[in-house]
Amino acid sequence: MTMTNKQRYDKVFMDALNLQPQDLNDDLIYNSVAAWDSVGHMSMMAALETEFDIMMETDDIIDFSSYPKGMEILSKYEIQF
Amino acid sequence: MNFFDDMERFGQAIAFIAEDGESLTYESTAVAADSFGARLSRRGLVFILANNSIASVIGYIGCLRSRAPVALLASNIHSDLLPNLLSAYRPNYIWLPRARACQVSNATELFALGDYVLLATSAGLLQAHDDLALLMTTSGSTGSAKFVRLSYDNVSANATSIAEYLEICGGDKAITTLPMHYVFGLSVINSHLQSGAGIILTNASLMEKRFWEQLKVHGATTISGVPYTYELLKRLRWDRMNLPSLRVLTQAGGKLNSALVHEYASVCKDKGMRFYVMYGAAEATARMSYLPPRLALEKPQSIGVAIPGGEFWIEDETGNVITRSDEVGELFYRGANVFLGYAEKREDLALGDERKGVLQTGDLARRDADGAYYIVGRKSRFIKLFGNRVNLEEIEQLIRNNGIDCACSGDDQMLRIYITSPALQNDVISVAQRLTQLHHSAFRAFVIDRIPRNEAGKIIYAELP
Repeated sequence: MTMTNKQRYDKVFMDALNLQPQDLNDDLIYNSVAAWDSVGHMSMMAALETEFDIMMETDDIIDFSSYPKGMEILSKYEIQF
Repeated sequence: MNFFDDMERFGQAIAFIAEDGESLTYESTAVAADSFGARLSRRGLVFILANNSIASVIGYIGCLRSRAPVALLASNIHSDLLPNLLSAYRPNYIWLPRARACQVSNATELFALGDYVLLATSAGLLQAHDDLALLMTTSGSTGSAKFVRLSYDNVSANATSIAEYLEICGGDKAITTLPMHYVFGLSVINSHLQSGAGIILTNASLMEKRFWEQLKVHGATTISGVPYTYELLKRLRWDRMNLPSLRVLTQAGGKLNSALVHEYASVCKDKGMRFYVMYGAAEATARMSYLPPRLALEKPQSIGVAIPGGEFWIEDETGNVITRSDEVGELFYRGANVFLGYAEKREDLALGDERKGVLQTGDLARRDADGAYYIVGRKSRFIKLFGNRVNLEEIEQLIRNNGIDCACSGDDQMLRIYITSPALQNDVISVAQRLTQLHHSAFRAFVIDRIPRNEAGKIIYAELP
């Protein structure tokens, strides 16, 4: 069974930041969990680019400040949630 | 005069711009720092839990100007680690974010600025050496009670040298990318204050939009970073970002691989920017060398030359100075920025200058025919077995790769291998024999309860039996 974009997005978050499904909510922002520091951010961006086969703009990488914001940004790359 | 006592000379020039946009002139920084200093008793020891904020820098400069010895720690230092440091040094004052004040018991609040409060403890009078200005951690890590002791002259001398070779001028504005409790981060602040330049204070990382907004709004001219910073900048494709104010990039805090040095040097050259590779240590206040930008393309592996006022030389294993080029030996440095010595507890703060301006770096280096220096490795512990040079560090690593935790020591007669499992006593000898191709009689295995290590996980060889 193929995963939805939302499921793929969530999986990247959980893998990159070592989180559980219940951790994924609107309060999840940059630096709100220890793993989401600059190192975690960069590896998550790389993982998202691989997962969705996209190349993100610099402005989008530094604007990617929260779990909900990330979905908004990815929609610019024609990834629908 | 030095940059901290003589801030008034830059008068109305902007010294600091905070995250909220608040700015502070040199004159008002001096006034605020002195009103902080006025709260302190003579030579009282101050701990600052610092971040890149106006309150932190005011406290730091206030301590320097009022001659109160000060230790800079991370504002987010783990609450488990703080008590050790407090009991080892018993500071008289702690300047920290109000949110953390409850973690210090038996202290009274004296003063507040922004979200920082100054607490006075019940610690007694400090017997500190007159020269002692600043205590910094060696690794940037937060747990160790080991500090380098730096003098007023150390801090001033290094700031002067750095300002000179980076050609920092009044119109420059550095943006902070490193915490100020880290020697590199602090040296950026000090060297810019030396020249009457501006410092844009931020705790945001390069991965945050607000960092780039601050950089653009305030027109930062200078970014300083560790190798990781430069990997991030590359990943962000910084060369395609619109950053017209940026003129200088400086790199220190470890070796940046030479391919990246070359790439940055080349892009900077095209953009009319300067890119500096630098080398240093907390034991040298911060900086010991820099690679002049014009040499970065030609010698991307080099740490360059000693900073103004400093001097390098290389010694062989017997302590003789190596004068031939390209011969490897241990790198030594002499300069007014060499620290006074280490401290591990309050009583050590009474100690004077134990180093006399000379630092044995522990790094292996060579100098090329043009006088540029290269770090080729860390000084290792060598012994000679049957005339064969054996690197103890390397043997240890190779044995560990075979799944056996160990520590190696020895002399030219015997290599001693310390392990914790009696069952492996014979195995480890045959592993060592196989790895070195030397006769097994050169090795002895000793079983001990545990391998002595410090908090950083480094083996303490002096504690081996």
